[in-house]
Amino acid sequence: MKHKAFFLFVLPSSVAMLLFIFFPIISVVVQSFYVSHEQVIVTVENCGPFGCKQATAIDQEATAALREAEPLGKFAGLATYRDRNHLAVDAVGSAWEKADNWRDFGAQMLNLPFYKALGFTLTFTFVVTPLVIIFGFVIAVAVNSAASAIRGPLIFFSLLPMMITPLIGSLILFWMVDARGIIGSALQYLAGNPDLSVKASTPLMWIMLMVYGVWHAAPFAFIVYYAGLQTVNKDTLEASRIDGANRWEQIRYVIIPHLLPLTTFIALMQLMDNFRVFEPIVSFAANAHATSLSWAIYNDLGGETRQLSSAAATSVLTIIGVAILLSPVLVRTWRDFGRK
Amino acid sequence: MFLKTIITAATVALSTSAAFAACTIDSGRLNIIGNEFPAIQTVAKNATSCEGIEAEANLTADHQKINLAGMQGNPAEYTSAILANSSIVALINEDVLRPLDDLVAKHGQDIPKHQLITVDGKVMAVAFMANAQHLVYRGDILEKIGVEPPKTYEELLAAAKMIREQGIIENPVGGAYQAGWNLAQEFVNMYLGHGGEFYKPGTAEVAINNEKGVATLNMMKALSEYMNPDFLTHDSNATSAEWEAGNVALMNMWGSRTGRLMDAEGSTPEVYNNTKVSAPMTVGGGNHPASTLWWDGWTVAKNISDKDAEATFLAMKHGTSSAILNDETMGQAVWMIDGYKPAPVNAGVFSAIDMQTTPYPMLPYQGLLHTVLGDNIADFMQGKESAEQTLSDIEAAYTAAAREKGYLK
Repeated sequence: MKHKAFFLFVLPSSVAMLLFIFFPIISVVVQSFYVSHEQVIVTVENCGPFGCKQATAIDQEATAALREAEPLGKFAGLATYRDRNHLAVDAVGSAWEKADNWRDFGAQMLNLPFYKALGFTLTFTFVVTPLVIIFGFVIAVAVNSAASAIRGPLIFFSLLPMMITPLIGSLILFWMVDARGIIGSALQYLAGNPDLSVKASTPLMWIMLMVYGVWHAAPFAFIVYYAGLQTVNKDTLEASRIDGANRWEQIRYVIIPHLLPLTTFIALMQLMDNFRVFEPIVSFAANAHATSLSWAIYNDLGGETRQLSSAAATSVLTIIGVAILLSPVLVRTWRDFGRK
Repeated sequence: MFLKTIITAATVALSTSAAFAACTIDSGRLNIIGNEFPAIQTVAKNATSCEGIEAEANLTADHQKINLAGMQGNPAEYTSAILANSSIVALINEDVLRPLDDLVAKHGQDIPKHQLITVDGKVMAVAFMANAQHLVYRGDILEKIGVEPPKTYEELLAAAKMIREQGIIENPVGGAYQAGWNLAQEFVNMYLGHGGEFYKPGTAEVAINNEKGVATLNMMKALSEYMNPDFLTHDSNATSAEWEAGNVALMNMWGSRTGRLMDAEGSTPEVYNNTKVSAPMTVGGGNHPASTLWWDGWTVAKNISDKDAEATFLAMKHGTSSAILNDETMGQAVWMIDGYKPAPVNAGVFSAIDMQTTPYPMLPYQGLLHTVLGDNIADFMQGKESAEQTLSDIEAAYTAAAREKGYLK
């Protein structure tokens, strides 16, 4: 393709990306360096149906003048990043000095909201991503070797979890694992413990969130691998069979190497998606047990008083996290590209 | 001639009643944003029925996430927000509400004085209903164990123990203890019941890490031991469902939800016929109820033309006038409207008003504290850390958030 044709071809999507992705990110980064003005507080008398009470309120005129002077707020540099609700530089420092051992230090770190969220987010990412790849591959191989008559319905059912809206899918599971739901009752029966409740236990809640994550994303890996399996070279496969390779050896030495680039692609997508885990935490009302970075952003924006700078700082940290996670894969891809 | 007189008389009668029920405004725009429950639906339906204006309403449980953004533009998308005493603060903080003094002087002389919410002498909202959390109990079960409806949380714990020990219900206590807003609300109730103050007087500095804070958390934990183990995932809806399923015998619940618990829908006669309400309870020997009083009211946006503001005022006034009360709407809330006749279902909220329950604090930084409480109390409730640790976490998280919002230096 000529350069000019290529340029015209990608122009609409480039403009859209610039407008809807790049500029908003710049705005978020800028926002994260600013905090609200010092509020001018005055004592006022508030009256209502239940009587009058002395209370404080914001002096609107004085605040309006401040806003006029500096519309973005007060420049704070990295203050929001360093405060206790984000990187908590001071709290981590004092925990490091005071802690007797690693265990104690870890416990103190997990008491800080950002590290608590990061802890779950990373665990979720590194447990769910490999499992999605393995399950997706196994399902793809199984469906591919099924009789062609039932292949269509099999594909349809395998894709169902991905078609269901995440919020709805997790709500379904939420009610099934309820102490009075079908899975919850079954677990109580199997464990022989009538008081067992998934929703009341942190480890079980984590497991449930990850099971949901795998259930929801495995069809994505499956459909990519299934497409890849259609391109496996039949001659190579036949040659390996003539050489005496059994079914496992065919998969190990022919199919897996062939599908490796797809694995990189799935890993990239899943690392990004899983690092942004959010919907199941809301649907499972799991925030007493597990919080994620995306949930923290949502929580900052969902309260009666909106904490925009705090949400912006967490967003920037999430972007940095995604970049760090993807860097090994990206570096590898870049090298492969250079070699060619 | 005779027939004509009758027809004229009938027409006159009809038009007077129509003038009383319907409302006509010359021109203007009305767009309501508000929460979604029966009482607000009634208000919105009546306000938008006014003729001569463009009228719309967006009622959703997520109203707090969109009302500010929808009123910051000029002209504002929403001309009126229906709010409560907690949520009005966020909009006053951002200066998007219009003081109503001139409109009250011009059109609202007949609005009873006690409905007007004033901040610093300026009318900012018109309240139309009251709400509070109070005791809801199962009359038959308390009769079975032979105790009176509890007046204190200590009595409630004793009753819960008896119900469990006699094998009637394993987890007899209910409560909206979902981590987040609901759990924070229960802390606010219980802390006020202990006579606590949230801030150092006259400042935005939080001061809850004290004996009253510890006692509050310990009482919440003691209660949770008689709750369904999943209590940290139960909001008011889930708690109501537990009640209707007959799994709970005692709970602290919103007055606005008791109507649904006592109607014949979604439950068995054994449950709904025995569902009774009573006053909010006290705690720790205090004489102040461990609950908060709430009002719901309407406001007018600042960034709209005077004509639209006037139309909105008139329509909302109509939407909260005596004309909206009928057999169906009467029991939907504790209306502050003239002509309202209380039903037994509303006794709890009336007791809360009589007992001079503290209104939920209308402070610019209370919303931040509420969010932080909701994020941190769950760790204590699960036994992961001590009460003192939880309270100091709350203070530290609040201080960081309040600094970012400019309330603390």
